[in-house]
Amino acid sequence: MTELALDVGWGTILAIKTVVVLAIIPLGAIILGYTFLLKMMAHMQSRLGPMDPGGFHGWFQLFGDGIKFIQKEDVMPAKSDRRIFAIAPAVVVISTFLVFLVLPTGPDLVVSDLDVGVFYALAVSSLSVVGVLMAGWASANKFALLGALRAAAQLIAYELPLLLAVVGVVVMAGTMSLQGIVEQQQNGAIFGWDGIGNPFVFAQIIGFVLFLVAAQAELTQTPFDMPVAESELVAGYMVEYTGFRFLFFFIGEFGTAFAFAALAATLFLGGWAIPFVTDPGWSNVLGPIVLITKIMLVAFLMFWVRFTYPRLREDQLQAVAWKFLIPIGLANILITGALKVAF
Amino acid sequence: MSVDFAVDRQAWRHLADAQVNVELDTGDMILNLGPQHPATHGTLRLVVRLDGERVVSADPVIGYMHRGYEKLTEFRTYPQVTTLINRIDWLSSFANEVPFMHGAELLMGIEAPPRAQYIRTILTELSRIATFMLFLGEMGLQVGALTPPFYGFRDREHVLNLIEAATGGRFHPNFNRIGGLKDDLPWGWVNECRNTMKVVFDACNILEELVAENEIFGARTRSIGIIPPEVGTGYGVSGSNLRASGVDWDLRRDGKPYLVYPELDFKVWTHPDGDSYARYWVRLQETREAARMVVQMLDRIPTGPIMAKVPRIIKVPEGEVWVETENPLGQMAYYVISKGATGPFRVKIRSASFSNVSILPWLLRGVYVPDVITILGSLYFILGDIDR
Amino acid sequence: MPKLPKPKAPGLIGGLGVTFKTMLKGAVTVQYPHEREDPPTRARGVIALKEENCTVCMLCARQCPDWCIYIEGHKEKRPPRREGGRERTVSLLDRFDIDYALCMYCGICVEVCPFDALFWSPEYEYSESNIADLLHDKEKLGEWMETVPEPEPLEVGAETGKK
Repeated sequence: MTELALDVGWGTILAIKTVVVLAIIPLGAIILGYTFLLKMMAHMQSRLGPMDPGGFHGWFQLFGDGIKFIQKEDVMPAKSDRRIFAIAPAVVVISTFLVFLVLPTGPDLVVSDLDVGVFYALAVSSLSVVGVLMAGWASANKFALLGALRAAAQLIAYELPLLLAVVGVVVMAGTMSLQGIVEQQQNGAIFGWDGIGNPFVFAQIIGFVLFLVAAQAELTQTPFDMPVAESELVAGYMVEYTGFRFLFFFIGEFGTAFAFAALAATLFLGGWAIPFVTDPGWSNVLGPIVLITKIMLVAFLMFWVRFTYPRLREDQLQAVAWKFLIPIGLANILITGALKVAF
Repeated sequence: MSVDFAVDRQAWRHLADAQVNVELDTGDMILNLGPQHPATHGTLRLVVRLDGERVVSADPVIGYMHRGYEKLTEFRTYPQVTTLINRIDWLSSFANEVPFMHGAELLMGIEAPPRAQYIRTILTELSRIATFMLFLGEMGLQVGALTPPFYGFRDREHVLNLIEAATGGRFHPNFNRIGGLKDDLPWGWVNECRNTMKVVFDACNILEELVAENEIFGARTRSIGIIPPEVGTGYGVSGSNLRASGVDWDLRRDGKPYLVYPELDFKVWTHPDGDSYARYWVRLQETREAARMVVQMLDRIPTGPIMAKVPRIIKVPEGEVWVETENPLGQMAYYVISKGATGPFRVKIRSASFSNVSILPWLLRGVYVPDVITILGSLYFILGDIDR
Repeated sequence: MPKLPKPKAPGLIGGLGVTFKTMLKGAVTVQYPHEREDPPTRARGVIALKEENCTVCMLCARQCPDWCIYIEGHKEKRPPRREGGRERTVSLLDRFDIDYALCMYCGICVEVCPFDALFWSPEYEYSESNIADLLHDKEKLGEWMETVPEPEPLEVGAETGKK
């Protein structure tokens, strides 16, 4: 809807979009958390999950948890580096926020459609590693530091498979801009049949699986949650965080899950595009709904794996990344490039 | 009287030294898996000395749950002692009562009637199923899977309901008496039991598919915590832990005959590897075997009285007896000394987990820190059993 | 369309199948307090006292492993049954308290009572917010007599009437 009835400047539109994105992060975190962490996990374990808060199947549970966290006392360890301790959760959330800036939810509903959208999104999502290290260091706790170092090693190791999975998509689409990739999927054809466009998940199935596995590790979810399930031994890098700061970490974790699911949906499943709706007016309205559906589908896969598998030990985790996933990613790129040139 | 062994009186210092926030030095670091911990099955304290990621030495510190059972039994009559010893291994409580009552009956020279023996055996095997169901689930939790423990608890409920229908208590049946059992079974129990055994078989299949066949679980448990058979027998490890190292020893078949095991047809499962995966696998097979034994016995319960002729006030004649049985956790034994009173003079309890835990300092050398949790889970001890 | 490779990790896929099937099967949760489960007839919930049967013989208090039963009684004289006979004495119960904070729910008191004055009841909803309130007197124990179920029939093959 480029012709709005109101005549507003680009600054106002930018402000509105920023506020919407800022609101989406906790909202997305709550939706993912409630549906998958509370309800789906419960049903997979033959139980019901929250039922009473809010009356109808406990929808108010996470809101109540948020309120509880906000009203807690702000405790900092005595020897901690106060400024870094305070900033660390914010760094994690800011990196999530920056990823959302390039995610398109409709033909015109994107904050900023960069030409290097994919590159930017992956680069900025790895800023959270800095936040984790800051949290571990500033906690003045030896075990928090060790947990943070392990987490950093894991996150850095799995950046590469993430990147390699996406390169295949970029090769197929010919552009790094996310809107461009969605457009390519909408207007493309699978061997000549253009009924449903060309969602890259079919041609890039290896890349899709690779992306999901690497995203699972980036989010430190089982089977890659050794940094966080240090709570078996002591606790991870978040041990000294309580109250509002811990809420930030929680929102950051699930917000990042939302962002990665959105990226996967955009890169592989076609994003906001519906195959037979090309009118931009309708796409702007239906686009967000379609994108949310695809996000829930991808998140379902991620959380399904999270609740089923045990966790890998740290050295096994690194071995999987370096010896298994990266060669597969490289092979995927070679094959994609060869086939793209051939066809 | 002089003691002639060297006592390291300074040994307590390194144990008390377990601080958490020490300065970051590159020497050994002491990690205190303290008495309150989600992974140690109760109040076990494990003082672990680390060099980076590897364990240099591990010392279990037990006794946080010591309740003084052996002293308590000196002042109680035989039925009262039954209520106490229920609570030694609380996950399979019926199995704790059996050797004690058997010992008292041996001293008195009476035998429980066949129907009581069959029902005792059925309830023992049911408690074995109950505790192993829990193990199969929580072993998944030790390696990080969140769903298996829920399946273990869910399917264990059926067995606990059976035990409650017969005895009145889910966890602490308190059902054995000298000479037989307190009550007979309620109407319809045998059919309920048959249905429950079908549920148990399904549950074992589910847990096998979810946990045992999982490649990640295999990567976390294979070759972890291998107990060589000689070392195991040297430390007194017993039960499924020893059978998982290939030692073919089961007191139900090889020890002195007790209950109706001589008449039953059952297989003793062993595994040659001796690692954590083998211990899981052996317990999985033993759960199935226990369910098969229960089905066998349900078809053969004889009719008859449930209690032998015993006087109203039971005074067990003087004597001493040592009774050992194959409890779910391992070999459990009671040494009962009676001086002709209504209660025992002295009861010595040899619990299985006490010896199973004694192998931890040997076993945990050189393993990674996450493997410590896996090994603790696979040995399957209960703190009430260690500390009594 | 490229052919999907055969999964080299069938155990992983099988595990996913198990959790998926369980998710579809529905929960086993009983939503207490909106729904309640009935315990079996023999469940040891609470001990009820039938005061008219009690003769203050103190067997239950003596046999309790925890000594959680507190009994006080007194003797009274009753007129003789026949003319010229000796006066009878009856024992009457003054106080019969069971401290449920100590009670192990073992059932020895119910079992040894020679006069069938104590019964088991599956009633379990008597929690208190103060631990001292768990000392229940004979009025409360008498109220619980209403919840005592009929003894159920025994299994096929049992000999009834023998103990």
